[in-house]
Amino acid sequence: MKHLATALGLAVTLPLAAVAECASVSAGGLTVTGAWSRATIGNERPAVFYVEIRNEGETADRLTGIDTPVAAMTMLHRTVVEEGVASMPHAEAVEIPACETVGLAPGSHHGMLMGLTAPLTEGESFPVTLQFERAGAVEIDTRVLSIRAQEAQCDAG
Amino acid sequence: MRRRLILGGAGALGAFGFMMGLGAWRSGDLRRITGDAGALDRIDLARMDWELTDDRGDRVSPRDWLGRASMVCFGFTWCPDVCPTTLMDISGWLEDLGPEAERIHVSLITVDPERDSPATLSEYLSNFDPRIRGLTGTPAEVAQAAGAFGARYERIPREDGDYTMDHTSGVHVFRPSGALSSIIDFHEDRKFAVPKITRAIE
Repeated sequence: MKHLATALGLAVTLPLAAVAECASVSAGGLTVTGAWSRATIGNERPAVFYVEIRNEGETADRLTGIDTPVAAMTMLHRTVVEEGVASMPHAEAVEIPACETVGLAPGSHHGMLMGLTAPLTEGESFPVTLQFERAGAVEIDTRVLSIRAQEAQCDAG
Repeated sequence: MRRRLILGGAGALGAFGFMMGLGAWRSGDLRRITGDAGALDRIDLARMDWELTDDRGDRVSPRDWLGRASMVCFGFTWCPDVCPTTLMDISGWLEDLGPEAERIHVSLITVDPERDSPATLSEYLSNFDPRIRGLTGTPAEVAQAAGAFGARYERIPREDGDYTMDHTSGVHVFRPSGALSSIIDFHEDRKFAVPKITRAIE
């Protein structure tokens, strides 16, 4: 990780890449970046929330919840496939071990946004506040991508 | 909140008042997908008996697919994570197959017929590869079809009064004869998935 930090330090002096950089917010040892969601058809279906959390600190942290003004209710879920059957059990928290990067990503941990106040439209963005046990609240701008998107469409830097 | 699918055991049946895949339970074939490899031979489109309605309003039976290879997956349009991922995986495989992709039927059978009407499926699937058809029916029709594939699904109530569905996530690949050729697991690497489809087509 220290190597990565050095590399990142050097990268600052380089010109920015052509791909737009992801919004990125740091709190303590955590960096939250590449937040995205998929466009929804109407506002009845639940939306997803995906993000990357880098822990460059020496201590583990936990993501205990997310909050956003665009949804009445939010939950952390994890997609699990057991005996060929996919289910999405509620996750009380997502562990963020020291010196590791954890992604909320398709087919894995993800945030669920229920009771949308309006459909999510591709190209728009909305704020999501991540609640960490140690680092506290971190707000990140979340891009709404196509319903076909499978990953953040920006440079996680 | 967390619920698990309980496997096997007639005694567990009572706990599933709302579980709809009764055909599968009755025939005791819930383990077809896993474990017993020989049992997979029994999943054969030519021997299935079900009828569903596709996203264009046409009635479809498994006999309609014979003579060409077929791919079938289960899902629902309220599904936020697994189903868009599977549909995009399938879209990627079809792209990789190139012209060969014209030799295969691709269908998503909804496990949520109460919300997924033909029109709802049509609107949802318009976001993905246009070769993917959606199939729905009455709850009984869907249960019969799912049972024939050895597919399982279960309605899971959510705290806010809404519900989600657990469901079989693998993609069934059939030969033109109707015989099951392989099952592609959820999010399986395309370097394994695409040859499985190619084998079924040839």
